[in-house]
Amino acid sequence: MSQTYSSDEMMTVTAARMLRNGAVCFVGIGLPSTAANLARLTHAPDAVLVYESGPIGAKPPVLPLSIGDGNLAETADTVVSTPEIFRYWLQGGRVDVGFLGAAQLDRFANINTTVIGSYVRPKVRLPGAGGAPEISSSAKEVLIIVKHSQRTLVSKLDFVTSVGFLTGGDAREKLGLPGKGPVAVITDLCILRPHPESRELEVVRIHPGVSQAKIAESTGWEVRFSEECGETEPPGSTELEVLRDLKVRTAAAHGVWGAET
Amino acid sequence: MAQWTSLSEAIAANVRDGDTVALEGFTHLIPFAAGHEIIRQRKRNLSLVRMTPDLIYDQLIGAGCAKKLTFSWGGNPGVGSLHRFRDAVENGWPAPLEIEERSHSDLANAYVAGAANLPFAVFRGYAGSDLAQVNDRIRTVACPFTGESFAATPSVRPDVTVIHAQRADSKGNVLLWGILGVQKEAVLAAKRAVVTVEQRVHSLDAPPNACILPGWVVTAVCEVPRGATPSYAHGYYERDNAFYRAWDRISRDRELFTAWVKQNIFGTETFDDYLSLQRDTGAQAVAS
Repeated sequence: MSQTYSSDEMMTVTAARMLRNGAVCFVGIGLPSTAANLARLTHAPDAVLVYESGPIGAKPPVLPLSIGDGNLAETADTVVSTPEIFRYWLQGGRVDVGFLGAAQLDRFANINTTVIGSYVRPKVRLPGAGGAPEISSSAKEVLIIVKHSQRTLVSKLDFVTSVGFLTGGDAREKLGLPGKGPVAVITDLCILRPHPESRELEVVRIHPGVSQAKIAESTGWEVRFSEECGETEPPGSTELEVLRDLKVRTAAAHGVWGAET
Repeated sequence: MAQWTSLSEAIAANVRDGDTVALEGFTHLIPFAAGHEIIRQRKRNLSLVRMTPDLIYDQLIGAGCAKKLTFSWGGNPGVGSLHRFRDAVENGWPAPLEIEERSHSDLANAYVAGAANLPFAVFRGYAGSDLAQVNDRIRTVACPFTGESFAATPSVRPDVTVIHAQRADSKGNVLLWGILGVQKEAVLAAKRAVVTVEQRVHSLDAPPNACILPGWVVTAVCEVPRGATPSYAHGYYERDNAFYRAWDRISRDRELFTAWVKQNIFGTETFDDYLSLQRDTGAQAVAS
C-alpha cells in the first residue's frame, strides 16, 4: 500500500517511533511535543510526558501552543511547581528521554538557541536557553528533532547553549554529566546518530525518496554516511491518520493556527 | 497583613523607579493588568526578572521601563520572537537593555534560594555551556564533603514581586491552582508582594495542601477580573491566542507599537477600560 505524506510528517512519525512505551519524556514545545504526543497516541500509550511548566503525565487532547497550556494541567497525573520539576524530577534523575529542538546544531550535537552572530552584538537574538542546558545534561538520553538545512546544521555554532558531545570522543564523559547525551537527531531528510567512538553525527537512515546528495548539500559540514545506512520505514497509515487527526483537532481548538512551530 | 487596594495604588506604593521587579506566571496567570499599570505610571530604570519574559515584558521594555532583564527564555510562545525585546538587545531601542541570561533550572533554583533566605543556589547545571562565559555570575562551588563541582548562582531577591492568582479572601489570603510556575517562591523571595486576583471571596474553601499564600506574606492585593488577559486563568478564562498572534505584527514595528501603547495603555485609566477598548477596537485593529 502506498500513501502520500509530507517530509514534515515523515520527520514527526520517525521521531515519535524513537520514544519507547513507558519512557518518562521531558518534552520541549513545538516539534518535540508533536512527536511525543503522536507516540503517546500510537505505540506508547504509557509514555509519561513531563513539561517544564509543571505537569507530569500530561495527556493533552490537542497539541499545546505554549509550554504551560491549561490542557496539560487538566490531563496530568500531577502538577508540581517549576522548581520541583527541575530539582526533583529532572535533576533527581527521573527523566529517561529529553526531547529537544534547536536553532543550530553542530556535528557533535551541541545546540545553540541563544544568538546568531556575536553575543554582545547579535545579528539575531534567539529566545535563549529555557530548560535545555540541564535537560541535555541530566536526562538519561536526548532526542533532537530539527528541520534539515545548512542554516540549522552548521559547521560551527555561534554559541553553545546546551551540550551534546562537545568536541567529540570522550569529551562529554570527562565532564561527568549524569546523562549519556543525544542518541539520535531526526530531521525531515534522515536520521543521524553519534558514531560510537568519534561521537560525530552520521546518517544512519535516509527517508524514502531523499538522495545522499540532498542531505550532503543541506548539511553545513561534510556529513558522513554510516556503512549500514539504510532507508527509513515510511509512515504507516495509522500513524498518519492519528497525526492528521491530532492536527485537525488542534487547529479547531486553537482557531486558524497551525501548531507546527 | 495584605491590604486590599486598587491596582493603581498598589503599583504606586510598591513599585519604585530603580527597583528589581519580578512579574511571574509561567504562561499561566501572567499579571498583564499590573504590567500595564507599571507602564501607565511610567516607572523607570527597573531591573526586571522573569523566567519567560513574554508579551508583558515586551511591552515594558518597548515602553522604556527597563534598564536590565534577567531571564531564561524570551519568546512569544507558539508564535516566535519578542520583537521589542530583540530591538532593545540588537539595536538599543528605546534604550540599551542590559541582560543577565540564565537557564530555567538556574532561575527556578535561584527563586527557591531567595525564598529560603540563602545568598546563592546550588544545582547541577551549565556544564559545557557558553552561558557561563557571558555571565560572570554563573560560577561553581565545590561540595564540602566530596569535592564535586556544582553550578552556583546568586539568589533572586526582588524588591517587589507581582503575580496574578485566582482568588483571595477578605484577609488577603491568596489561592492559586493549575500551572503554578515559580509564583510562590517569587513572592517569598521578595521584600514586597503585589497580588492581583480574579475574584475576592468570603472564604477560600481550599483543601489541605492547596497552594495558598497567607495574607501576611502579601503586601497588597487587588481585585482585577481578567487581569491575566491575554494569558489565561485556569477555571476562569482561556488564553487569547489571537492576541498573541496579533502581537507579532504590532510589536514588529516601532511606530505601530508606540501607537498601540499610547492608545491602549496611556489612553486608558484602568485594566477594565483597556478590556473594553480591546473588545471595541482590538478586533478591527488586529485584523487590518
